[in-house]
Amino acid sequence: MTTWNKPLPTVIGETKTFWDMCRRGVLLIQKCDSCNEFQWYPRGICANCWSNDIKWIPSSGRGTVWTFTVTNQNRTQGFDTGPYVLALVELDEGVRMFTNIVDCDPKDVSIGMAVEVTFQRATDQISIPFFKPAS
Amino acid sequence: MVDLRRAAAIVGVHEHITRYAPDKSEQQIQGESIIKALEDAGLEKKDVDGLFCASMSVRSSGINLADYLNMYPKMIDNTTVGGGSFEFHLSHALNAIYAGRINCAVITYATLARSGGVSVGTGGISRQGHPRLDPSPDSFEELYGLTTVGLYAMIAQRHMHLYGTTSEQLAEIAVTMRRHASLNPEALFRDPITVDDVMRSPVVSSPLHRNDCCVITDGGGAVVVASPEVARNCKQKPVWILGAGEAVAHQGAGKRDLMYIAAKQSHGPAFEMAGVTQKDIDMAMIYDSFTITVLETLEDLGFCEKGEGGQFVLNGRIGLGGELPINTDGGGLSSNHPGMRGLFLLLEATRQLRHEFEGTERQVPDCKIALCHGTGGALGSRHSGGTVILARD
Repeated sequence: MTTWNKPLPTVIGETKTFWDMCRRGVLLIQKCDSCNEFQWYPRGICANCWSNDIKWIPSSGRGTVWTFTVTNQNRTQGFDTGPYVLALVELDEGVRMFTNIVDCDPKDVSIGMAVEVTFQRATDQISIPFFKPAS
Repeated sequence: MVDLRRAAAIVGVHEHITRYAPDKSEQQIQGESIIKALEDAGLEKKDVDGLFCASMSVRSSGINLADYLNMYPKMIDNTTVGGGSFEFHLSHALNAIYAGRINCAVITYATLARSGGVSVGTGGISRQGHPRLDPSPDSFEELYGLTTVGLYAMIAQRHMHLYGTTSEQLAEIAVTMRRHASLNPEALFRDPITVDDVMRSPVVSSPLHRNDCCVITDGGGAVVVASPEVARNCKQKPVWILGAGEAVAHQGAGKRDLMYIAAKQSHGPAFEMAGVTQKDIDMAMIYDSFTITVLETLEDLGFCEKGEGGQFVLNGRIGLGGELPINTDGGGLSSNHPGMRGLFLLLEATRQLRHEFEGTERQVPDCKIALCHGTGGALGSRHSGGTVILARD
């Protein structure tokens, strides 16, 4: 396995459950028990009703490309070697998250395209969710 | 709300003409700009009791600048909300002057983005190694190689998808700004370009080409804002603040429609305060970090319907001589974009309202009311929007 040369997340108590489950290949999102709203990105407070009745829910891991860009220029280490697809994916649960679309030619990505989550192991502790064309 | 119209005025301005200043500090450029702006107003150091500034690189920029210039302001405001910070500063200065807490504020900015080799739009988080990411939201975003241009490009991509907006329409904005820059001797790029030139420039982040992106320069400037009592004795005719509105827009827990930008929220309060409508605006300074920024801002300020921006910018409408001339200095796309550009919107609008370019092609004829809208941050993730409306007597 080659060394991961892209940025790594910083994990704290507030987000540890999320990253622990990524390692097991499960994408979690949050739902509030008080107002029943989903939210992304994970946080310790319901962004809608400000309660702390947050529950972790396994996402379907499926969604569609809401928008994307093929990035040809980024000087950040790990992203400076060629085009990659930066995207916002709307999960079936209705929340949108930043990601990269992987395992396909950037030219084949389009808005509305069906995608599913795939994890890449960055370190022994960290696996990172990406999306690929739905099977 | 109390009537804040004409409660404060811009009485002095200065744009530092430098586009490259490797031998100066930010504070020197700010100091030189403040001195010239006060001279423009006919005021002195002792008249200033408010210091408003923002910086891309200096933390606690207000304290540092007060130290450098040996000032003891009664009010200091470092609001730093990206490129549009200075529209927020003007809005806050208006409040402070109306409340009687200060009589005269300077708003200033400088940066050395160009000589420092800062890749403002394409640098990503770091060129050397990776910094420790904040647990959120960075740890859910920066993993994927976000760039400023990429975040705007995603909005452009979806705008095209939803409304049929084309790259040629976006290019028209860049072409118009270059035409304006050709009239500004201080502009960085002054040679005319065509839609084809823009289309042939490299794609930085699809669908945005290099010429859809602003330039990177050094630079700085200052604005002097004063109470009506102080303004009455200034050298220049006052440019009154009629209205101001502030807003932020973000992901809304993953559910907000990112196609609507902060201008959608900030323009209503500004127009309401000013008691004018879009039809009354003679010229506008629209933050142009990228061509898509202009398009989205024109729509969300209410100059046209959502989705019609692509048509709106065609046929010379946003050029000098058109219905709504914008960025008559050449904008960030061609004149200057020193990291944050909001201050320069106020400078050019003031000069237009003073009819400083009378007798030249750069002057908007009979310019009475101008609008400035600053955008800071990134449309695709989170950003600020500050709208101000200015008028001559």
